[in-house]
Amino acid sequence: MGAQLRVYKRRIKSVTATKKITKAMEMIAASRVVKAQRKVTASTPYATELTRAVTAVATGANDKHPLTTEAEAPTRAAVLLLSSDRGLAGAFNSNAIKAAEKLTKQLQDAGREVDTYIVGRRGIAHYNFRERKIAGQWTGFTDAPSYADAKTIAAPLIEAIETDSAEGGVDELHIVYTEFISMMTQEAAGDRLLPLSLDKVAEEAGTTDEARPLYDFEPSAEDVLDALLPRYVESRIYNALLQSAASKHAATRRAMKSATDNAGDLINALTRSANAARQAEITQEISEIVGGASALADASAGSDK
Amino acid sequence: MAAELHVELVAADRSVWSGEATLVVARTTSGDIGVMPGHQPLLGVLESGPVTIRTSDGNTVVAAVHGGFISFADNKLSLLAEIVELSDEIDVQRAERALERAKSEADASAERRADVRLRAVSSR
Repeated sequence: MGAQLRVYKRRIKSVTATKKITKAMEMIAASRVVKAQRKVTASTPYATELTRAVTAVATGANDKHPLTTEAEAPTRAAVLLLSSDRGLAGAFNSNAIKAAEKLTKQLQDAGREVDTYIVGRRGIAHYNFRERKIAGQWTGFTDAPSYADAKTIAAPLIEAIETDSAEGGVDELHIVYTEFISMMTQEAAGDRLLPLSLDKVAEEAGTTDEARPLYDFEPSAEDVLDALLPRYVESRIYNALLQSAASKHAATRRAMKSATDNAGDLINALTRSANAARQAEITQEISEIVGGASALADASAGSDK
Repeated sequence: MAAELHVELVAADRSVWSGEATLVVARTTSGDIGVMPGHQPLLGVLESGPVTIRTSDGNTVVAAVHGGFISFADNKLSLLAEIVELSDEIDVQRAERALERAKSEADASAERRADVRLRAVSSR
């Protein structure tokens, strides 16, 4: 076998091995998307019921709760960025980070100091590399988040929003995550969690036009709201975590699918080159034999005479 | 047919039970409350404790609820909690072990959780 042919054969072998790996990763990601999607669906009833309850209390309560009223001059804001622990997901993390940076810039332009909270190693690495300050960080559960994880994330955020902004608290809470729209479409988006804008909440709950019943509150509207809002924040963060996980798996699936396709194309191209090299080798051998034979024939024909 | 109300018992990560009922008894922070069909719209904070649902076919469903909310409007009652366990799902021996362990470690919240589970099972 010629040297060139051997090189092609070796490359085909290595690309085939890579293709097998990416194909396996694609299939794993595909099964995980389905699982993650199921979790998103399972968490929906809680979120809708909670949203409905929040709307009911917030519109029913007369006085203003700190979590539902906008500060007159907001000076500090918190941004929670949901990235993933692992890469190999195409532009998933860079899109989320870009969205967070855009939002941060907007807030800073509006004269607010921004505290960044990050979930997922990728986002943390990005910020650490640029030596930016991170107010809080969490890792290790982005592939399959549980409600307890959402609670641990929510706790310091709720504490920050309840603290006065003069004492290191924040006036606003934003969340940046990758919304899972469909298997093919995921979009990184920023969303303001607190203070609540009630119209938007009502819109989500689908109760805008419906007349709201007058509720009896047990023990009182303020106490109910006090208890409800942290749960609401937790549930929103939980939902965002789940969507972000589903989006990450979908992005991985897509990235691995194109890697598999590319490997296939590469194998085709290499096989063609290898065939051509083999053919060239054969042609050369034939012409060498023919050339040798005719030289021999010429030589013997000359000696006969 | 007796009047009925529709009950949704929902945990953070799943829908636990839903169906028609004639009476729901739950413990709010200001005391036990019983909700029957046609009750005034209500929104309350729940204490950890057992919730009893008398279904319209005469059965009783008991669930251990760890904190959460009760909301009732238009004959629809929703019980929301981070953790909800039906009494059939609770492993009594495990809950008892957990209670003992919590007592010996003086872990108040774990003790309360185990206690709520056991109470839910015993009131079945």
